[in-house]
Amino acid sequence: MISEIKIYEKTDISINSKEILRYCGMKTDDENFKCLLNECLEECENAFDFKVCFIKTPLEINGDICDFSEFKLQSQNLSFNLKDCDSAIIFGATIGIKIDRLIARYSSLSPTKAVIFGAIGAMMIEALCDRFCSDIGNGRKTAPRFSAGYGDLALEAQKDIFKALDLQKKSGIYLNDSLLMVPTKSVTAIMGIKREGI
Amino acid sequence: MNFRDYLKNNIVYFDGGMGTILQAKGLKMGELPERWNITHPEVICEIHKNYLFAGSDVITANTFGANILKFSKEELEEIITAAIKNAKKAILDSGFNNKFVALDIGPLGKLLKPLGNLDFEEAVKIFAITVSIGAKAGADIILIETMNDSLETKAAVLAAKENCDLPVVVSNAYSEGGTLMTGATPEAMVALLEGMGVTALGANCSLGPKELSSVAEKLLEKASVPVILMPNAGIPREENGKTVFDVSASDFAFELEKLAQKGLRIMGGCCGTTPEYIKAVAERTKNIEIKPIEKKNITAVSSYTHAVEFEETPVLIGERINPTGKKRFKQALIEHDIDYILAEGIKQHEAKADILDVNVGIPDIDEIEMLTSAVYNLQTVTDLPLQIDTSNALAMEKALRIYNGKAMINSVNGKKESMEAVFPLAKKYGGVVVALTLDENGIPDTALGRLEIAKKILAKAKEYGIDKKDIVFDTLAMTVSADKNAAKVTLDALKMIRDELGCKTSLGVSNVSFGLPNREIINSVFFSLALENGLSAAIMNPFSNEMMKVYYAFKALKGMDENLADYIENASKFGVAQASVSLAENTESRGEHSELSFAIIKGLKEKASKITSEIIISKKTLDIIAEDIVPALDFVGDGFEKKTMYLPQLLMSAEAAKAAFEVIKAAMPNENGASGETVVIATVHGDIHDIGKNIVKLLLANYGFEVIDLGKDVPSEIIADKVCELKAPYLALSALMTTTVPSMKQTIDLVRKKSPNTKILVGGAVLTEEYAEKIGADFYGKDALSAVKYLKGN
Repeated sequence: MISEIKIYEKTDISINSKEILRYCGMKTDDENFKCLLNECLEECENAFDFKVCFIKTPLEINGDICDFSEFKLQSQNLSFNLKDCDSAIIFGATIGIKIDRLIARYSSLSPTKAVIFGAIGAMMIEALCDRFCSDIGNGRKTAPRFSAGYGDLALEAQKDIFKALDLQKKSGIYLNDSLLMVPTKSVTAIMGIKREGI
Repeated sequence: MNFRDYLKNNIVYFDGGMGTILQAKGLKMGELPERWNITHPEVICEIHKNYLFAGSDVITANTFGANILKFSKEELEEIITAAIKNAKKAILDSGFNNKFVALDIGPLGKLLKPLGNLDFEEAVKIFAITVSIGAKAGADIILIETMNDSLETKAAVLAAKENCDLPVVVSNAYSEGGTLMTGATPEAMVALLEGMGVTALGANCSLGPKELSSVAEKLLEKASVPVILMPNAGIPREENGKTVFDVSASDFAFELEKLAQKGLRIMGGCCGTTPEYIKAVAERTKNIEIKPIEKKNITAVSSYTHAVEFEETPVLIGERINPTGKKRFKQALIEHDIDYILAEGIKQHEAKADILDVNVGIPDIDEIEMLTSAVYNLQTVTDLPLQIDTSNALAMEKALRIYNGKAMINSVNGKKESMEAVFPLAKKYGGVVVALTLDENGIPDTALGRLEIAKKILAKAKEYGIDKKDIVFDTLAMTVSADKNAAKVTLDALKMIRDELGCKTSLGVSNVSFGLPNREIINSVFFSLALENGLSAAIMNPFSNEMMKVYYAFKALKGMDENLADYIENASKFGVAQASVSLAENTESRGEHSELSFAIIKGLKEKASKITSEIIISKKTLDIIAEDIVPALDFVGDGFEKKTMYLPQLLMSAEAAKAAFEVIKAAMPNENGASGETVVIATVHGDIHDIGKNIVKLLLANYGFEVIDLGKDVPSEIIADKVCELKAPYLALSALMTTTVPSMKQTIDLVRKKSPNTKILVGGAVLTEEYAEKIGADFYGKDALSAVKYLKGN
């Protein structure tokens, strides 16, 4: 099975300031902080390369084994998440390396900005996943997307997902020995597509 | 005929896909295709032969992933040797002449530091093993392909150059935006790769021929070596369980023909292409008239994202990373305060410098280590190309090696000894060399004398195979206070070098006013005169308003500023005292807080810094710390604990306090402010998150602790050794992922053995009080403030 690529433009993904504030841990109004946030938003305006790499796979569930034909994953939580589904989308999404560079630039010189860029990145990658999942669902009902490391699904599942998607080559997302992804603002996940009539 | 000669007069066809064909022939998912060289030599030979009959001149051995990370040394030798043998056998069996075998080298699958974990020199070693085996087995060409990172590409090229004399062909994988995944443009790759002396360069994989054509066009426009293009057969999709590609062989050939007419000299295919594609390309392009490869004569340096060309528009080289005459900078070097150097880099980047000069030479420090460290770290915070400035040849080489691009080399001069030290480095690593027009007899006092030295330098460079485009002459600005004609001689020499030698020039502009009052007046006028006399680049202070005024005005007057956009954008800055405070001025009443305290509480960096410089004239620094800074930090800390203030506010005020401390430090460089105990801090091995660690570091430093930051992804031995070396009473460790907590435990165990009295603090998203106890830590900090409280209480 060969994975496909979907590219999104800046205009496809909208900025959600509320979410950014939440990721920053900011629960109060502060003019100075708002100014800084706006400055950061301006600075990273062109810092995103939205890319999703995905496959559509058949799905069979036997107990706590989820069988995606090319590979299997063992997890009660994932089986439960996918219980009404007959196929799945497995994907890896990234907003690219530039935001990591901004975080690195400021991480010791202005940790405040580093935290803000981290929060903007987190919001952006989630927004990208939301947008992709809604597009690819194509009107079908879907299960909430589920990632390695959630519940009892071991982080090791990342290796299978990377292999199945040929993710490094296709999207430039790398998996290091600690199973961390670079670009760091990347997500891999499985989204079940529910059987017709559910 | 050898490959280099063949390439001179022929269009060269590489082959096409291997992996996709092997899959069709039964290669299973997860199976390593390189093993088929041994288990299925007849299949591999057959594929090679099919390509030869289709018209391929170069057969790519089946060694894409053959490296020591995937195979043992013995198996690797066996595989590469078999792969080259298979390719040679196919050529022999086919009966063709003038066919070549390329050792194929693909990416290692690991990202290099600082983005990933793999050390640059480690990568060079890994590639070196593959290259040595391949060369010994009889490969004719080293093909480095599908690399999506410029630094990994450089490591592979270096390994090839250091381990064989074969021609090196480099092909990168560009993504949809027309850059490598890690950011390099085609222009940047041309600068880097030509600088290193590759035989040909280009692009392959990721996209189809149409999508890659704009990349190919850019390469053709800039490169003075042959360009190679090996696209995919378009985008793959599934059809009835089979993978099909959306570009047919004839469409593929049609696109390549268009590029061949523009000068593309080497063609082939990547994923999804088959002998049918190569045949179609060869048929369509074999009769195209071959144009000689044109020398482009572009003087360019590059970083990991872009190239800076020395064209009409003057290039600004920021001079601020240099300890000469700067007490605070010297102190930073002695204390190995890399952050200070990085801040100077970022500020100059923001002030619109194009290139940063990096000079960290002072007596009594390890310049090799310091320069390498500065160059490495600067590249994590700015993507401006760097000018490496040292007279220590070893330091220069080390810095050039790890530099991710084509650097400026500052400097060489007409002395034999200097040229013999610098030119071999420029030849090996690439670089644009700043050449000072002086020699054993000193600095000539006539323009003609300086021109003569320039000619001598050019001749010597030529002997080393260094082109004149890669030499930028500095005609040496000397102070007019010592010789009234000094400036005139320098300016005349500039003009002569431009007109008679056709070379680019550079000047350390501010030397002209040495010893004079109000130096900026002289500097800026001299700068404009130099520009008028053909100066290509200035090593200058980008924070100087007078200099920047000249720069923008000159560009505007000389037609270098489209719609005067740059001038208009920047002009307002220079009318009044620089408007720097972008944060909203606060009009709230400051209550019982002092003015400085209030600025810190509100997180106003610039204001805190300004007030400190005002009050430091009349107030003792210790009083400022005790009466203004610490109470403000305590107030915010208190608010954070009571949840009336939040993390970003805590951080903003910590940064403002740091800015105040900076002023204190600059005023009294010998008083380092930190009187407290030593805390070694690090993110553990395997973990690359450091925001949390940096927050703790900032807060601790503000409270007077001497914080030694070892960075992120730090091996336990390094941490333990540092703790022992410094007899540090405290160690703070951070880990964000469950997968890296074991590495935290390992570090704790080692430190306990080597330094049993050191108290260990831990923190990070996945940790809990209970977990911290389990791995043997003394203290678990739920946030940065709790770490401060613990340490203050001890």
